[in-house]
Amino acid sequence: MSSATTRMGIDKPILIAGAFVIVILLVGSAYTLATQGTLSFLSPTYLLQQLQIASFLGITAAGMMMVILLGHIDLSVPWTLSAAAMLATAVGGPAAVPVGLGVGLVVGLFNGLGVAYLRVPSMIFTLGVNTVLMGLMVILTGGFAPQSAATDLMLFFGRDRTFGIPHAVILWIAVSVAIVFILNRTPLGRYMYAIGNREAATYLSGVNTRLVIICSFVICSLCAAIAGLLLAGYSSRAFQAMGDEYLLPSIAAVVLGGTHILGGRGKYLGTVIGAVLIVLLQSVLSVMQMPEAGRQIIYGAVIILMLLVYGRGDKLRA
Amino acid sequence: MKTLRIYATQNLGLLIAIAIFLVLYLIYATQLSRFGMNVVLQNANEVVPLALVSMAQTVPVLLGGLDLSVGPLMTMINCIASEFLAGDIWSVLFGCVLCLVIGSACGLLNGCIVVYGRIQPIIATLATGAIFIGVALFVRPTPGGKVDGDLSWALTNDINELGYTYGWWEDLGWFGLIPLPAVFLVLVVLLVWIPFRRSATGRGCYAIGSAEGAAYMSGIAINRSKLAAFTLAGFFAACAGLYLTLLTGSGNADAQQAGSYTLNSIAAVVIGGTSLFGGTGGCIGTIFGAMVIRAISFIFRVIDENSIFGFLASPLLQSLVEGAILLLAVSLGAARVFRVRNRLTLFT
Amino acid sequence: MAYLQMRGIAKTYGGVRALTDVDFACERGSIHAVLGENGAGKSTLIKIIAGVVQPDAGTMTLDGREVQFSSPLEANAAGIVCIFQELSLMPDLSVADNICITDPPRTRLGLIDSRAQRRRAEELLARVGCEDIDPRERVRNLPLSRRQMVEIAKALGRNPTLLILDEATSALTSSDVTKVYEILHQLRNEGLSLLYISHRMHEIKELADTCSVFRNGRHIETFPKDAHTDHEVVQLMIGREMSHVYPPKPKWDTPPQPVLEVRNLSWPPVLNDISLTVGRGEIVGLGGLDGQGQRELLLALFGVLRGVQGEVLIDGRKTAIGSPARAKSKRIGMALIPEDRKTEGLMLPMSIGANISMAAMPMLTRGLVIDRSREAQRITEMIQQLQIKIGGVGDPVATLSGGNQQKVVIAKWLMTGARIVLLNDPTRGIDVGTKQEIYQLLRRLADQGTAILFYTTDYDELIGSCDRVLILYDGKIVRELVGDQITETNIVASSLNLSDQIERAAAEARA
Repeated sequence: MSSATTRMGIDKPILIAGAFVIVILLVGSAYTLATQGTLSFLSPTYLLQQLQIASFLGITAAGMMMVILLGHIDLSVPWTLSAAAMLATAVGGPAAVPVGLGVGLVVGLFNGLGVAYLRVPSMIFTLGVNTVLMGLMVILTGGFAPQSAATDLMLFFGRDRTFGIPHAVILWIAVSVAIVFILNRTPLGRYMYAIGNREAATYLSGVNTRLVIICSFVICSLCAAIAGLLLAGYSSRAFQAMGDEYLLPSIAAVVLGGTHILGGRGKYLGTVIGAVLIVLLQSVLSVMQMPEAGRQIIYGAVIILMLLVYGRGDKLRA
Repeated sequence: MKTLRIYATQNLGLLIAIAIFLVLYLIYATQLSRFGMNVVLQNANEVVPLALVSMAQTVPVLLGGLDLSVGPLMTMINCIASEFLAGDIWSVLFGCVLCLVIGSACGLLNGCIVVYGRIQPIIATLATGAIFIGVALFVRPTPGGKVDGDLSWALTNDINELGYTYGWWEDLGWFGLIPLPAVFLVLVVLLVWIPFRRSATGRGCYAIGSAEGAAYMSGIAINRSKLAAFTLAGFFAACAGLYLTLLTGSGNADAQQAGSYTLNSIAAVVIGGTSLFGGTGGCIGTIFGAMVIRAISFIFRVIDENSIFGFLASPLLQSLVEGAILLLAVSLGAARVFRVRNRLTLFT
Repeated sequence: MAYLQMRGIAKTYGGVRALTDVDFACERGSIHAVLGENGAGKSTLIKIIAGVVQPDAGTMTLDGREVQFSSPLEANAAGIVCIFQELSLMPDLSVADNICITDPPRTRLGLIDSRAQRRRAEELLARVGCEDIDPRERVRNLPLSRRQMVEIAKALGRNPTLLILDEATSALTSSDVTKVYEILHQLRNEGLSLLYISHRMHEIKELADTCSVFRNGRHIETFPKDAHTDHEVVQLMIGREMSHVYPPKPKWDTPPQPVLEVRNLSWPPVLNDISLTVGRGEIVGLGGLDGQGQRELLLALFGVLRGVQGEVLIDGRKTAIGSPARAKSKRIGMALIPEDRKTEGLMLPMSIGANISMAAMPMLTRGLVIDRSREAQRITEMIQQLQIKIGGVGDPVATLSGGNQQKVVIAKWLMTGARIVLLNDPTRGIDVGTKQEIYQLLRRLADQGTAILFYTTDYDELIGSCDRVLILYDGKIVRELVGDQITETNIVASSLNLSDQIERAAAEARA
């Protein structure tokens, strides 16, 4: 296999996903043209709004990618997101954002310790953590009736714009720069790919694999917490189960972006495109006023079809 | 004696699950002031849908994979069944058979995508799960249904009630007190699971989960076993959906509930002693895993508010304790990590 | 006419010619040994016969009929059964399930009849002399030697007419080995054809009627058992004078300064009270039969094992090595070339460059960031120094041949500037040319002051490369051979723990 084929093997999903984004944009604009006589689907305000929504998913997916690259998965993202937002708003004031980020840090550390030291399969450990977080939040809201209004800082990043550009998108860009930096320029990123490919060989090369795993889970939970704070800012308040609809789409965004679900392969650009793709898909379906039933079916079918197309490259390898 | 020893060591997970369940249920039964067969019946009705959907999860896990569509498929069949379980005996039977066939076909679809599409099970079933929820929403945009009330009552009670509702028999003594849900579960295990497990195709699933490369070298029909595994998962999920329809008397396309069933099914599989890496375990263990999960919530009902555990009686604490117990249970299985002496084996 | 006849067989694997124009024949009722170094083509030949791979050219006739097998199942149907080195057992299934995995006995309903299956397993286990194995036991719970016996029983259960054993006795205990020899002889007498691959001369002598030598993918010669002396056979296998293969060893006037010292190291039950030293510039070999603790000793030194007792001293200072990360650190400077390069040494889908720089990463960073130009420079240096044949640095390391892959593993560790290098059977499955390069590299490193501890299953390597050889038996060092004492006789004798007898006999013979 020459390097050209390898490049094709990884970039192909990105090309296809990018092409599909364009297809969706065309379909959406064609629809609005036909029904309303305008290209409102392609208007800058609309697209920027989609980007703003995509940033919440995008940041969550960025964190999820870190863990999937290792060959693991993080099912505690829904309630980490919710808990970070709810605790932040409950605390309020200047301490809100640090508290929210602190939630991400603590959950990530806990997940990392469970997976790296206890070697519990990440799927089941993070599943348990998710349930525990939900339980804690139930106690919080049921027992204490905390405030749930977003603080100024959260509103600033989640809702506000400058020159029409949402701050959330800027934050997404910042997170992306950090992730790309980690993956491509630091030993940590190299080790993450290595562990996803062959943990035994990475361990025997003298790498502290446990530390790398912990770092990945911390980044993932931090990203989920950031997304939660942003979402609370966007909605002006935190609400129960706000994270539930981010789990499967974030996994889908990572996979549609070309990252292998078993780890070891994938480029961050793909995850970004994957997030944009999913948000655009959901929005074009809602513009078309497709009922929820149709939306789910199309969502699932698109994922399978795209994976089947990507998979053709893999067939040569297998 | 040796047979016993071998059986015990090889089925340790199952035995532990049974033991934990017995302890929990005993506590529940003794603490409940009015324990009787009607309580057992109610408990059975709470356990059976989870047990069936967890059985659906077990088979792909044995292969070393996962099926995230079991909850959604159960919901979809629940909605479809809510259209058909009414009218005379023939249309009811037709409805049941139709649901089982559709469920198995959906399972087969999952299998084909995994085997021929070469897509990893976790992501393939994530996608098909969305499709199944979509179909469920299509069939039942709002909760409702045409389920025959008598049928629903008769099939989710004990044997006596079954006879009583249709005028077949009045009182069959202790036999009549056996809850029908338990009978259904036992029948599914005896007529479907056990024969599958003892067939070459079923054994092939264990072989693939244990060492897929060696299974291929040994000439096992890998594709056939994989397809059969997912089809069987679809069948069990359909059983779960069918029973849920009988129980609730309606179809409800609740995506959140579907997701919750899926995640609980994974937990039941793990608690019941089946390894997420595949190759060991089985549906019987999973049933006890589901029973353990339900038993935990039962206990919450009997905690006396005035006792030392009174603070736990708050319904607010239930989710937390359930999650904490799940975490503890799976972490206990990790104790082996501390006994490992060659760290390299942790990575294989 | 021969039972199995192959003509003009050729097979190429991604640029490497595994077999070229091979004519090979095998008779009924004979034990036919296939000899050759790693990379000579033996495994490929066997895989073609067993239906695991298909030849690019040539024909194969079985009992007069031309045949072509596209899968192991087809070969099995024709009566060809192969016992590979990588076992084909499923660890979580029982012994009986494994033995009867294909075509199990069934009940009237078509389900598996477990009682009949257990009886069948008991019969076959008795046939290989392993009545003590309970068929209901999970294979996972059996030690490796028992598993190999189960594998043999499983093969016999398929009623083979041609039985192939590919290094099938490597993990067996000596009593099991004797049992297997008896069974094989008996099968031969019953008219079975047996193909036996091994690179152990003493095994071949015990078993074979006919020998075939392969070298560099070609069939060199087939001859009856005693037609050649050992020396001549080795010549045929390596194709050149043995003395040219190894670089010259230095003379030791004074014992070298110890770099690595081990005192009373134990890891029950595998390692028992081991004490050794490796000095600057020394190549110390570890020998002995397979499974006497050699691999575990290296893993213990590298920090992989838990619960190791005893002391390890680096440069005279007591040091605790709790992990490979610690072993790699500057203060200790240890490196381990692991046993299986594909699963322990390399990340196959990753690029050659990424693999080479994986261990030395801490040295290639400026702060938090990787110094890319420095990394690229060091990688190029390593590739040149080791003469690794690659297409491009960004290519996946999976595209390289076995020998070049092993060079990448070695390059990875050379880049760290390790002063103590442990090697776990580094030349297994490597072509002859690369092996020679590795020997010369090791001696070069030693001359620069590196201390080398070298485990190999190949006697010639012990004799040719090592300044001292430590023979392990049952987790203990039973013999230390220095300089001229390192001979095949002494190695073999010590491996079997018979040193005293042999030496006495040799002394008497000389007297």
